[in-house]
Formats: sequence, C-alpha cells, structure tokens
Amino acid sequence: MSKVKVPRKSTVVDMTAMTDVAFLLLTFFMLATKFKPDEPVTVTTPSSISEIKLPETDILLLTIDKDSKVYFAMDGDQNKITLLEKMGEKYKLTFTADQKKQFSLLSSFGVSIKQLGSYLDLDAEQRKEFKQPGIPCDTLNNELADWILQARFTNKNLRVAVKGDGDAGYPVVKQVISTLQDKKVNRFNFITSLEKADN
Amino acid sequence: MADIEAGGGGGKKGKKVRGKKQSTRVDFTPMVDLGFLLITFFMLTTSMNKPQTMEINMPVKEEGVENTPVKLSQTLTILLTKDDKVVYYFINKDTKEPETPQVTNFGKAGIRASLLKENRMRNVKVDSIAIYKEQLQTNKIDEQTFRNNVAAIKSFKDGLIVLIKANDDSKYKNLVDILDEMNICNIGRYAIVDITPMEVDMLKETPL
Repeated sequence: MSKVKVPRKSTVVDMTAMTDVAFLLLTFFMLATKFKPDEPVTVTTPSSISEIKLPETDILLLTIDKDSKVYFAMDGDQNKITLLEKMGEKYKLTFTADQKKQFSLLSSFGVSIKQLGSYLDLDAEQRKEFKQPGIPCDTLNNELADWILQARFTNKNLRVAVKGDGDAGYPVVKQVISTLQDKKVNRFNFITSLEKADN
Repeated sequence: MADIEAGGGGGKKGKKVRGKKQSTRVDFTPMVDLGFLLITFFMLTTSMNKPQTMEINMPVKEEGVENTPVKLSQTLTILLTKDDKVVYYFINKDTKEPETPQVTNFGKAGIRASLLKENRMRNVKVDSIAIYKEQLQTNKIDEQTFRNNVAAIKSFKDGLIVLIKANDDSKYKNLVDILDEMNICNIGRYAIVDITPMEVDMLKETPL
C-alpha cells in the first residue's frame, strides 16, 4: 500500500492583485487627503447636534482659545496678500515681499498688526515657540474689526465661522459677536463637534 | 514568497552564447509593503469629516432701528452663569414682574425638561414636528415640505420666546449648549440678549 502523496504546492503567491488594490487605495487616500493646517492652539470645540457642514472655501475663521485669545485665519493665498496690503495701508505699515509670502502661507495668527512684521520674520520653529497674545479686540483697540472689514472687502463671498474653545469665557465671545455685528456680519457659524441627541 | 525564478538552463557548449532567458517575474513584496505603509499614513492623517457648524443669526445692530417688541408674558429668560448652572424665570402675566428664578443645569432632566414642557404647553403643534421628521426619514414627504411644515409650526405667534442672557462668568460652551437645546426642543424664536444689571443682581441673590 503506497501512501497517497499530497502534491507539494508552491507557496509562491502572485502579488500583483494585492499591489493593485494597495495602490488603488493609496491613490484614493492621497487624493482625498487634505492636510490639517497646523494651528497655533488646540481648541476643543463644544459638541452640538447640529449637522450643517461648513463649506470648504471662502471661510474666515476666528478661533478663540481657552485663554480667551482671538486668532484670525482666512483661506486663499492671493486674497491674504491683498488683505495684508490693505491692512498695511490702513495702519501705515509696509510689509516686504517676503513677509507677504510668509503671510500667505500662514494658517492662523494671533498677533497685533504692529507685531505681525516681526512675527512673519521668524522661521517655523521659532514661530511655534512664540507665545501669541491674540488679536486685540477690545473697545479701545479693535484690530479684529479692521481685519474682518478688510477681509470682507477682499473676498465678497466670505462666510464667518467662529471656532471657540468650550472653556473660553463668555465676555470675549460677546466681544467677538458684537464686533461682527458692528461690521454687519449678522449671520455666522459656530463650529462644533458632533454629538447625538439623547432623547 | 514570490521569487525571481532562475532563468532556463545554461546555454549548450559549442553553440552561440545566448543571453540567459531571464524571467520577467519581479518580487512585489517590498512594493506592497511600501504601498500599505503609505496607505496607513494617509489614512491616519486624512481628516474626512468636515467640521459641524451651528448657524447663528443675530439681529441687525443699528442706531434707530426699533427692536421687535414681544409680549413679556410670552418670554422665558435663561441666564447662564458659572459652574454650568442655568437660571431661568418667567414673567408673570398679570403683574408683569419676574417670577421666582429657578436654578437648574444642562441635561435631560434640567433645562431641557422645562423647555419641552413649556413649549408644548404654548404651542400644541410642536409634537407633530417629530411625526414630520419620521415621515421625512421614511421618504413620505420631501425635504422642502418638511422644512415648510416645521417653519410654520415654529413661527406660531403665541409660542414661547426664549431670551438667552449669558453672564460674564459663563463659558462659551454654555452658550453653545443652550443654543443646542433650542434646536432639540424645537424652540422657534430665541435670541441672544445682553444681560441687564438687574439680572446680574438676581444671579447674585439666587443661591446656586
């Protein structure tokens, strides 16, 4: 009686199909990815049941961190350069071409217009170390109002979004809202994270 | 593993030296490794979901523009204060004086219960919003009809009007939470209003 021999199968697998799948997925993720712009502060937004999505472009983002400092961000590189020029004109400040370039790459900033020039001269590493004081928005010196006004002159389709930290005090929020109202922005969005209604 | 197979045997002696027949099979394993590494990287860095937002409409702030007058007895004033506490009071229909303020908190049994009860009492149709919502989900009515119906119910003229007043010691989170409650409780008319000195005093006197 001879044993039934199990034919030896080769362990070689054709990898081609797997590679195809891998690269298909890779392509998908590469195209779908939009890198998070690095923000100067981490903000934990409060949650809400609202499911309205924020449009991706034409956004003016006002960030309020937990120390009640206000940061300003806008999209569109060219628009940002125009905005900086307009602000410079208003405050009688001139910015070099390099500073303008840096500004257009900047995602979010929270320094007063006087400090902005020197802030833009810093390199990426130093900028991270730099403690940003927030944009002045009190009644005496409301630079935020000018930023908002000039930004809206620059980009007419701008929508204002406020991204506040849950622990930010109400006075600064009130100040920001009232500044927006002064500049006739009566419709704006609060950015929140999603929460399921539990009823 | 997929190996590069050795080419067919050596050329015969005495004949022309032929180029070895190399197999065209290549080991794909490192390539797959690389592919999956990159996939993992992009999957982790990608932020697929766009942020959620909450739309806020504020009244036009202008000199000389008269604010919309509302019946005091129709209003519920919500004061937001420290430690996530909520103080609310009604205005008495007859005396036009504020009633005793109630202290509560955020959450199902807190302000939401009062809001739901009060809103239902004043606007009986509020409950049909849930029915419409269900009909929308089962595709019995289209989105436009749903919106019109809900808007019609919410704009009921004798319904509850909520005045949200945040004290300076409250947090931004409280404001978002209370606006969220407005949505959950289907309150049609509400406004964010500045707190009055009288109400600040009231908060001081109310034991939290």
